Amino acid sequence: MYLRRAWAVFWKDSLVERRSKEMANGLFFFAFLLLFLFHFALGPDRARIEMAFPGLLWLGFLLTGLLGLGRTFLGERENDCLEGLVLAPGDKSAIYLGKVAGGVVLMLLLQVFLLLLFTVFYNLEMRKVLPGLAFVGALGAIGFAAVGSLFAAITAQVRARELLFPLLLLPVVIPLLLGAVAATGELVQSHSLSAARHWLALLAGADLIYLTTGLLTFEFILEA
Amino acid sequence: MGWVTAIGLLSGLSAGFLYAPRDAVQGNVQRIMYLHVPSVLTAYLAFGVVFLASLAYLFSQRSRWDRLAAASAEVGVVFTGLTLVSGSVWGKPTWGTWWTWDARLTTTALLFLIYVSYLLVRGMVEDRERAARFSAVVGIIGAIDVPIIHFSVQWFRTLHQPATLLRPQAPTMDATMVFTLLLNVGAFILFYIYLTRMRLHLTQLEERT
Repeated sequence: MYLRRAWAVFWKDSLVERRSKEMANGLFFFAFLLLFLFHFALGPDRARIEMAFPGLLWLGFLLTGLLGLGRTFLGERENDCLEGLVLAPGDKSAIYLGKVAGGVVLMLLLQVFLLLLFTVFYNLEMRKVLPGLAFVGALGAIGFAAVGSLFAAITAQVRARELLFPLLLLPVVIPLLLGAVAATGELVQSHSLSAARHWLALLAGADLIYLTTGLLTFEFILEA
Repeated sequence: MGWVTAIGLLSGLSAGFLYAPRDAVQGNVQRIMYLHVPSVLTAYLAFGVVFLASLAYLFSQRSRWDRLAAASAEVGVVFTGLTLVSGSVWGKPTWGTWWTWDARLTTTALLFLIYVSYLLVRGMVEDRERAARFSAVVGIIGAIDVPIIHFSVQWFRTLHQPATLLRPQAPTMDATMVFTLLLNVGAFILFYIYLTRMRLHLTQLEERT
């Protein structure tokens, strides 16, 4: 029952997105633009880009995700949807779980797209690191979506939300960024994740902590 | 309360300058420690209070917990700022640089940023109860995040360069130095309580109007 309610929220959001394609189009275009910015910031030297690849990938991911996750609750402001969510029976954290699931799927899609862009435009060899990268990416996406959805719920009601959302989110995602960049760097260098095991543990731990805190505190935010 | 705090701070200050001996290696610069260490400990105390008061507010919905969290966060941010600035002033002559990306420095700076954004949430949300709930959640996440940040930054630094190069060996401290330090820590905690109470009083006056 609990999971079904979470699924309903997730399904509703993805249906809206599939039909409007409002967010996806904008975000994919934004990711594309970022790649050009990186190119001009670092110059045409391929070795330099290769060296900076883990950082660039996650920076691009962070910036696009910041735009995407910030909109998690914006759709709910129209037609009093938020009130409907508050009035829905049962545990409110199911709504949060549904929103996080939507966020994770969005983040994963963005990752696939960004990786594709990096492979094509910077001519990087990805095949060997792909399975490991998918794992690191999933861990990063979960933590990012977990805090992102919570802070998006907070800032949806605030006037200066475009400013407040990154200010809240960025300090808190720094451990995730650190862990993901370090693990990706290890992966690119040695093609294996065994040396980055403690980073993966840190990512998983942070995911768990953020998700639990979100589940426990979401109700207070929604009903405020 | 105010007088006791003033006497405490003054005696801490004079002990730091007159009673405690000059450090053999670092010279007079070392005396910054009597400001630096008490302020960081007080900041930790303040953020601990924010965490507990935020939890208490979410469970009880009583606005006095929220007021306490707000006052404590403001004072804590001031003390963290003081820590960063005094550490910087000490670092320039001792390490030869104002700032280094050492694990502890980075963690403290991030702590500062997290609680500045905590205060921003408070300022940006107009509705009082809503602001209280939102900032309580941010206060809790901020406190929970501190150990995660600490570990990640520590690993990040130790993997890339040993922090021991930048960190001076912990000198075995003279007893008078320990006494001076403890005196200052006590005075700072009194100062924290005094400031937080003043801030609480001010909030009450603001609400009355």
